[in-house]
Amino acid sequence: MTTYPPPADAPPAHIDDEVLAQIALSRDEYQLACEMLGRPPSDVELGMIGALWSEHCGYKHSRPLFHHFPTEDERILTTLGEENAGAISIGDGWVAVMKIESHNHPSAIEPYEGAATGVGGIVRDIFAMGAQPIALLDSLRFGPLEDRRNRRLCTGVVAGIGGYGNCLGIPTVGGELVIGESYSGNPLVNAMCLGIARQGGLISATAGPPGTLLMIVGADTGRDGLHGATFASVELDESSAERRPAVQVGNPFLEKSLMDACVGLVWDHRDWLEGLQDCGAAGITSSTVEMAERASSGIKIQTANVPRRESGMTPYEVMLSESQERMIAAVKPAHIGDVQAWFEHWDLHAEVIGEVTDDGIARIFDGDQEVAAAPVSLMTNPPAYTPFAERDPDAVARAEWDPASLADLPPSEANDALLQLLASPNIASKHWVYRQYDHMVGTNTVVTPGSDAAVLRIRGLKQGLAVCTDGPGRAVELDPYTGAARAVAEAARNVACSGARPVAVTDCLNFANPERAPIYFQLSESIRGMSDACRAFQTPVVSGNASLYNESEDGPVTPTPVVGMLGIISDVRQAVRMAFQDEGDEVWLLGGSLEQEPATLGGSEYLAVRYSKAAGPIRINLDTEAALIEVLVEASEAGLLKSAHDCSDGGLAVTLAESAIAGNIGVEIHEAIVGRLDAALFGEAGGRAVVSFGAEQAATVAELAKKHGLSAARIGAVGGDRLTTGQIDLPLADAADAWTSALPSLLDG
Amino acid sequence: MRFAILVFPGTWSDWDCVYALEDQGQTAERVWHRESDLSEFDGVILPGGFSYGDHLRCGAIARFSPVMSALERFAATGKPIFGSCNGFQILCEAGLLPGVLLRNETLQFRCQPQELTVERSDTGFTNVCDDGQIVQLPISHGEGQYFAEPPVLDELEDAGRVLFRYAGENPNGSLRGIAGIMNPMGNVLGMMPHPERASDELLGGTDGNYIWQSIIERWG
Repeated sequence: MTTYPPPADAPPAHIDDEVLAQIALSRDEYQLACEMLGRPPSDVELGMIGALWSEHCGYKHSRPLFHHFPTEDERILTTLGEENAGAISIGDGWVAVMKIESHNHPSAIEPYEGAATGVGGIVRDIFAMGAQPIALLDSLRFGPLEDRRNRRLCTGVVAGIGGYGNCLGIPTVGGELVIGESYSGNPLVNAMCLGIARQGGLISATAGPPGTLLMIVGADTGRDGLHGATFASVELDESSAERRPAVQVGNPFLEKSLMDACVGLVWDHRDWLEGLQDCGAAGITSSTVEMAERASSGIKIQTANVPRRESGMTPYEVMLSESQERMIAAVKPAHIGDVQAWFEHWDLHAEVIGEVTDDGIARIFDGDQEVAAAPVSLMTNPPAYTPFAERDPDAVARAEWDPASLADLPPSEANDALLQLLASPNIASKHWVYRQYDHMVGTNTVVTPGSDAAVLRIRGLKQGLAVCTDGPGRAVELDPYTGAARAVAEAARNVACSGARPVAVTDCLNFANPERAPIYFQLSESIRGMSDACRAFQTPVVSGNASLYNESEDGPVTPTPVVGMLGIISDVRQAVRMAFQDEGDEVWLLGGSLEQEPATLGGSEYLAVRYSKAAGPIRINLDTEAALIEVLVEASEAGLLKSAHDCSDGGLAVTLAESAIAGNIGVEIHEAIVGRLDAALFGEAGGRAVVSFGAEQAATVAELAKKHGLSAARIGAVGGDRLTTGQIDLPLADAADAWTSALPSLLDG
Repeated sequence: MRFAILVFPGTWSDWDCVYALEDQGQTAERVWHRESDLSEFDGVILPGGFSYGDHLRCGAIARFSPVMSALERFAATGKPIFGSCNGFQILCEAGLLPGVLLRNETLQFRCQPQELTVERSDTGFTNVCDDGQIVQLPISHGEGQYFAEPPVLDELEDAGRVLFRYAGENPNGSLRGIAGIMNPMGNVLGMMPHPERASDELLGGTDGNYIWQSIIERWG
């Protein structure tokens, strides 16, 4: 057993339950750290180990599951987990870089700053790679908005995302807003960022060879966000509000300057640098130690050189502060002056705080006092856990419940049911949200928020990018494997509806406490389900984040794996939207028939809204899903489609209504509905989409569908000013009013 | 024409303006706020963004940038200056245009397409439009509520210096629906909407080109 010499000037840390609780380290983990060190750690060492071994940084419960994910194909340029974000070749010498990350706990306590700094963090992950961020998306979950507390969280989070993102000049182009009981008091705030770079123009988050100097640039370091990584790794309780100091305060103006300076630096003078890394969770500790790990080196940090915004800070506080808007640059010694001058242009100060060494030890100094001397590999290799997994019997019972046991919807109630669904916050227009986000800056947003996916052009390229997020929590709760596969399928369908071929996934795993068997079952099965779906669509997972311990006093959150999907559209001018266009266009249903079994109501919005029920079977057919994607992409590429919109929440009737509302033109379904009316109108069978086109394209579309073994049938026509399916018959204006006024009336009241 | 696109720390519509003008066949160069000479340029654009993070008050710090005294000299030559969004706010703070932009009446940021009425078509910025024409330009701001004392508003209207008004819903509570105003000499225009975001068919609109084309028509 190796014994690592203790730091010269620091005694072993005093240990008691309170100290360990503060850094969320168990007694066993403390013992393990002592064994690995061959001695007890000092204060600063203990703080650093605690932060890097936190669930947030160390992925203790999720890491052993990541091998399920498909992570490679010829487009993928990064290895999952190795860099700040995943990089995907998009052709013609360009690369897309993307990642999604959670900021759930901070947003629960302080919604504006929590959400704002979530945006700031994910943007830094992208420009730390040298990529120019070009789009943001936000996947949000809140408790019912009738509750004042949830409204405060929702309005605060939306304002925070806008307040930070709008100031950066990066358009916020998409995302989701989903309401569910379980999110009361524990909202989910996931932010995704997409960037672009030249192929070969990315930079790694490595420390470089011994002798390389480490510089900190950006904000001065304060006591804000101390123990933030730890805070993100425990459940919320009534004392959580006291953790408010663990929530950081953002300065988007500083971030904008930092972004412009860093992107420009990597673009123009990559040769001055060895690596670039942002200071995220666990601040200087995680950034420098992880950089050293990638370089298989050691580091020496002089905390006295770190510019401070408060006096009297201890080296412990400096190392663990989560002050925002800071970057660490690994700079070749000959270019220190160049880098300093480069940042001065933006009124940013870069300071040398350390250097890379060859002994594999992270040595932390406070002046001439050595206060930590622990091996890098110890800190970056936390224990991994595979707890016992068992499906929750209540979920099993609910999934086995048969929707056929419900009486069918009487035709006389069809209009009401549709209006009720359109006014459900999960289906209603999100205009209230995205009009608060600048979604056009950069003048690349070809398809703006509100369609299935956002589409972005890249100036000078023919191809464009489509992005969306999806996370059907209710389905995952009922059946984690199939529900998570459905998350991937819905996301893939959404980008395909815009005409893009899905190519890569970034995921955010939002779950409750994984130490409990039902939760670990949800987590492990979800990862398996996502993995199989990603294989079926050839969309490897390139990056992501796990946010566990999402629980409040009221219990665990609904398991919510959120999938961020990137698609490539071969000609951005042919992007397809969901809006019906012209009178007389044919309306076709791809991927399934009008008639549906009652089982398709399992986990549906219809059951939730009409019966307050989350129950029933969750199904998926990955072959149909893959065929549908192929047909949608090929039909768009051939310029056949005037609109495409997938059938998801609320089923076929809602899909038709949304396409009609978006196009401000009616639709009439000619085909008679046989069998169960509720399932036909509101069933959520996957693998389906509604498309419209001029009659002259009908034969070609039918042939294309046949080629891929996908069912396709004409069900009606675009036209008039009513929504008509036989049983449903109402003025389009009524449907539009229900759909558009729901969120404003809940949130502006 | 050769345009200077002023860039302050926090400016973000600079490249959008460069591309919009280049698409009109013009030359556009980004000019950092520390420059002190604009005399070589034929026109100056102050783009949108959050200069200095809107700290203190939007545009309040940018007006002290070195380039601003050069801008004042440039204005006196009669050559065109156009400010949109944060650029409009800076022009007001610098006293090149009267009034001030307050927080939107809703207290929320608004990003949406917006219809505007062209009040006059006989100016250097609107000469390719018709009187009363409705154009659609996106807005994107949290502080766009135009405010000035009633005598100032009367003077602006009497002198025909209100070039654009919001048509339909007033998105920010601007007094008298004012969206864009001109200086007495007729060579400085400030407006909240973003013409550079409506200069490309692919993005769903080209009404913004009326402004570029008018400038080129008058001063090119």
